[in-house]
Amino acid sequence: MATLNPRHEEGLFYALAVLGGAVSAIGLAAALYMEHSGHVVTGMNNQIVWGLPHVFAIFLIVAASGVLNVASIGSVFGKKPYKSRAPLSALLCIAMLTGGLTVIMLDLGRADRLMVAATHFNPTSVFGWNVILYPGMYAIVAVYLWTLMERRMNPYSKVAGLATFIWRILLTTGTGSIFAFLVARQAYGNAILPAMFIIMSFAWGLAVFMIVQKTMFGWNDMTLHAAIRGRMKNLLGTFVAAVFYFVATYHLTNIYFAKQTAFEEFILLSGGIFPVLFWVGYVLVGTVLPLLLIYVPDLNRLRGSVFAASTLVVIGAFCLLYVFIIGGQAFPLEIFPGYDVKSSFMDGAIDHYSPTLPEALLAFGGLGIAFTLTTVGVRVLRFLPQDDIAELEAAGSIVD
Amino acid sequence: MSQHQNPRRAFIAAAGASVAGLGFTAIAPGLHLMAVGEANAAPRPAGQAASPAIRWGLLIDANKCAPGCTKCIDACHEENGVSEQMPDPRQNSQWIRKIELVDRRNGKLTTLPMMCQHCAKPPCVDVCPTGASMKRADGIVLVDRHTCIGCRYCMMACPYKARSFVHAPLTEQTPGTPRGKGCVESCTLCVHRVDKGQQPACVEKCPEGAMTFGDLNDPESVISKRIASANTTQVRGELKLDLGVRYQGI
Repeated sequence: MATLNPRHEEGLFYALAVLGGAVSAIGLAAALYMEHSGHVVTGMNNQIVWGLPHVFAIFLIVAASGVLNVASIGSVFGKKPYKSRAPLSALLCIAMLTGGLTVIMLDLGRADRLMVAATHFNPTSVFGWNVILYPGMYAIVAVYLWTLMERRMNPYSKVAGLATFIWRILLTTGTGSIFAFLVARQAYGNAILPAMFIIMSFAWGLAVFMIVQKTMFGWNDMTLHAAIRGRMKNLLGTFVAAVFYFVATYHLTNIYFAKQTAFEEFILLSGGIFPVLFWVGYVLVGTVLPLLLIYVPDLNRLRGSVFAASTLVVIGAFCLLYVFIIGGQAFPLEIFPGYDVKSSFMDGAIDHYSPTLPEALLAFGGLGIAFTLTTVGVRVLRFLPQDDIAELEAAGSIVD
Repeated sequence: MSQHQNPRRAFIAAAGASVAGLGFTAIAPGLHLMAVGEANAAPRPAGQAASPAIRWGLLIDANKCAPGCTKCIDACHEENGVSEQMPDPRQNSQWIRKIELVDRRNGKLTTLPMMCQHCAKPPCVDVCPTGASMKRADGIVLVDRHTCIGCRYCMMACPYKARSFVHAPLTEQTPGTPRGKGCVESCTLCVHRVDKGQQPACVEKCPEGAMTFGDLNDPESVISKRIASANTTQVRGELKLDLGVRYQGI
């Protein structure tokens, strides 16, 4: 980037904005097509009722909550190197939340009834809670951003940061509870899921932050201070390892329960694409390789290793969510234990899911929206993290 | 239940106690009076709320359910206008389906119809964000097509896979059964017929008399007496959802 002159740099910005806008627009057009034709044009059916759009949307929503961790570490836990990163973290939260919610909303069978969702509230529904939690997240993060970016409001940033921290923990608890409260299917109905989603949000949100931060620093010909890089890299490693701990616990618990072993055998061994995505996509690419890149000294000194590790974590996240959401539905409900079951409605049968173009475009449209909002946001406002290294060193906040 | 009796029901109760007990009675060579279990209930006048004193339910005798017979499915789909065929059959609505069970220990084949179990504590109602999934006072679990947003969370939550999502625009709806693209639907226990004092279509059309419809709250109803005297099962009973549909023979 350093070689770009301002004109070329501006041209590149517009090219990226147009690219993001085009992906978003195509996603919206795909949603319109699905709305007009019905979900018959998707690969979703009465067995696999949530598909690729939900994988992308849940990634974006979970990562949106987690990316705020960077701000919380600064505002709530008082770690100075993270304070200058709080505005960017808040922007990314709003951008990804918007992308994820747009996809979820547009995938509804009756997306035109958004007002019904807003005006009819069922307090026992986790989705119902989310109708409050998600808009509330926008409001609370917007206030937090205000306290961060408006100098006169700075004294309130700690309080706003604490409120944001609590709210996002609730929000991700709500997202995990969507699945935790389902008694019907073997993959879900597990109290570990809300906590697992929270730790997943930490890892995935930080990974996204690292990718954006690296890109912005590269664009502006800046280099992240080694000590700050080291701290953030180690934090990412801790979160990635913690996610693995939760995922392993979830599966080991299931394996221990006789009624769940058939499901685990499917997900981990015999289920076609799902074991491949789990072991190769999540475990190898999304966990082992990033941990090697982060913790092996010869590797983590390499230029771009943290960026690579973060990218791999994001790839692993999509693989894990695909296995969890699609794989969890592909396995048949065990309605009649002890019987071989057959029907015209996929009872007793493993279902297969092939996403079609419209739903894939809608899913990527969510990424496009998040990308566009971020690209435009960092262009028009001051979100670039500025580290005053001398001050941080004087305060003892960073040690090489 | 006595307060809901009507003359026809009283007649059948008086004349046909044996009908309920025997399953069906020959009234002429080759002609049978089919036992439909509970006789018709009183119609519910328009404007009168469903009564919480009633708990409508079904008892299905899998021993009588003939392999290969789909009369209940045909009757349901005809009554409710469920006729559309999607290119991918997995996207078709199936309010009621025939399940074949083979016991892994002895190879015994059992078939039975499966539909919404009309739980007293329905997970679909708990999870519905807008309250479109609802349980009527008389125990019938329904979807309000005006407030269903098509999120399909209820389909994720249903332990019986009883719900279908309408995947494409519809044109062949019947007057008594509102249906439409983008909404979730399931067995209504033919609520429009029950409110008129009739039986659900599947019960009426079952040639084997395998299905009994009636008020589970009324100890004198045929269904309650059968449940009291026979060994019946609630599917996935460990979930303790208190089902309105019970099975015999599984």
